[in-house]
Amino acid sequence: MAKITFITSDNEKVTLEGASGSVMQLAVNNGVSGIDGDCGGVCSCATCHVFVAEKDLEKVGDASEIETDMLELADEANEFSRLCCQIEISEAIDGIELTVAK
Amino acid sequence: MSNTKTCVVIGASHAGVNFAFALRKEGWQGNIVLFDKDETIPYHRPPLSKKYLELEDSIQNNLLKPIESYEKDNITLSLGKVVSKIDKEAKTIELNDGTIQSYDVLVLATGARAFVPPIQGIQQAKNVFTLRNATDVANIRKAFHASEQKKIVVIGGGYIGLETAASLKKLGANVTVLEREERILARVTTPYLSTFFTKIHTDYGVHICVNKGVTEIKTNGNKNTVICADGSSYEADVIIIGVGIKVNTELASEVGIVINNGIEVDPTAKTSEEGVYAIGDCTYHYNKLYNAFVRLESVQNAVDQAKVAAANICGKPTVYNALPWFWSDQYDIKLQIVGLSQGFDNSVVRFEDENKFSIWYFKGDRLLAVDSINNAKSYVFGTKYIKANAILDKEKLANAESDLKTIVVN
Ligand SMILES: Cc1cc2nc3c(=O)[nH]c(=O)nc-3n(C[C@H](O)[C@H](O)[C@H](O)COP(=O)(O)OP(=O)(O)OC[C@H]3O[C@@H](n4cnc5c(N)ncnc54)[C@H](O)[C@@H]3O)c2cc1C
Ligand code: FES
Repeated sequence: MAKITFITSDNEKVTLEGASGSVMQLAVNNGVSGIDGDCGGVCSCATCHVFVAEKDLEKVGDASEIETDMLELADEANEFSRLCCQIEISEAIDGIELTVAK
Repeated sequence: MSNTKTCVVIGASHAGVNFAFALRKEGWQGNIVLFDKDETIPYHRPPLSKKYLELEDSIQNNLLKPIESYEKDNITLSLGKVVSKIDKEAKTIELNDGTIQSYDVLVLATGARAFVPPIQGIQQAKNVFTLRNATDVANIRKAFHASEQKKIVVIGGGYIGLETAASLKKLGANVTVLEREERILARVTTPYLSTFFTKIHTDYGVHICVNKGVTEIKTNGNKNTVICADGSSYEADVIIIGVGIKVNTELASEVGIVINNGIEVDPTAKTSEEGVYAIGDCTYHYNKLYNAFVRLESVQNAVDQAKVAAANICGKPTVYNALPWFWSDQYDIKLQIVGLSQGFDNSVVRFEDENKFSIWYFKGDRLLAVDSINNAKSYVFGTKYIKANAILDKEKLANAESDLKTIVVN
């Protein structure tokens, strides 16, 4: 199990618990606003953009090449950006904090 | 209560569902009622022929929205209901069980259904399936597991046929794809990509056969024999039909709404009838960027048109001018397409390696579209350059060593 906190654009803080699947799926299944997941989680749409809290960067790990490239579609992307359909839920990411883009 | 307005949406898939949530977000105070004949909570369709089929996934992991979200946004989801008629004078729709529902605004998000060609013997044949919805996949899985030899014939080498072939191959099937044209993907892409995908499938052991117009299916017990115009024949335990779609325009055409290769809509997503909008696969619409009327079959179009309709209905004038994009996943190959290549007169291939390249389509110097294979960078830069109407140095572009950031001339 991993606890993941999302901070939405309306500054709402939601903490969810997940065991498996992607972080995008967890967010969509719990109606976290701002995470659409239009492509269903195959790194094709960039509608699941989040910023990882600096303290959690190491826990979350690096984006793949395709994800890094796709992030360039988002104007506001920076070094904390990830497409959260590409983050798998596991104990390793317990406690991370993600700010939803836009 | 009496002045509460009602927006009725026919079709609860990518277009209808995204529309309903967008309408609420835009501030619609009234009722929103979504009807769909499908009984399943609305789900993503693209995985059906890809991961969902291959990994034998559950639909619960592929929902567009969780059921609680509909409740939270006060959207009525009425599933397992077939809308049989529109009465535009009375502003009502009728379900096939006789129920009448009135509307103030009506949105047609009826999409399309799989086309079943009139092949001799197809009605009597065993285990013939199309692939458009979750029930189709459930039936395919069942027949696949029940079959001993796992011989699959896919009729039609378009995206859905090829994705299905790849997924079933990975599950251990013996797969043959029969394509009527002289190359697979003939309707949707250029020969270069057709050749590429033929090679990929062949390498994985899928038999790709072209110039194969299927004329007849003969069935003996559980065994089918698929017969082609050239006299060749193929045995099949399971037959998948992937020869394209038929747009669901009947409800609209019956009440005189203008149909033209789909339900014709203006740039605000409105049909020829006041108060009636149409979105998604069912629409024939104007694309401003390409100055052309098109009918698209893509998630992008369904989602973007849904948002445009929602904004207009809530009194925020908005026109549809999205840049089309699309993807297809087969084996470990990711195809991403941005733009519309129709009408191109020259192209540039940017080759990085055998399984990583992109094709850039131009009309004169104007960049129209990019097809990229395992190459999101080209897809992203293609998107930016089409939007910016950038003039590119084609020589630099063709050289995979050159940085895509440095290829703009103007
Ligand atoms: C197997 C498959 C793979 C695909 N892969 C991709 C991909 O990789 N990328 C991509 O961009 N697109 C892909 N697509 C296309 C994409 O799924 C469609 O563009 C999208 O589903 C269109 O959404 P829509 O809501 O307009 O129509 P649809 O999804 O067709 O939905 C229309 C809905 O209306 C309902 N309906 C119709 N008439 C009635 C009626 N009279 N009463 C009640 N309900 C009615 C239907 O039951 C249906 O649920 C794929 C499609 C399929 C089938
Ligand atoms: S859900 Fe589409 S890129 Fe993450």
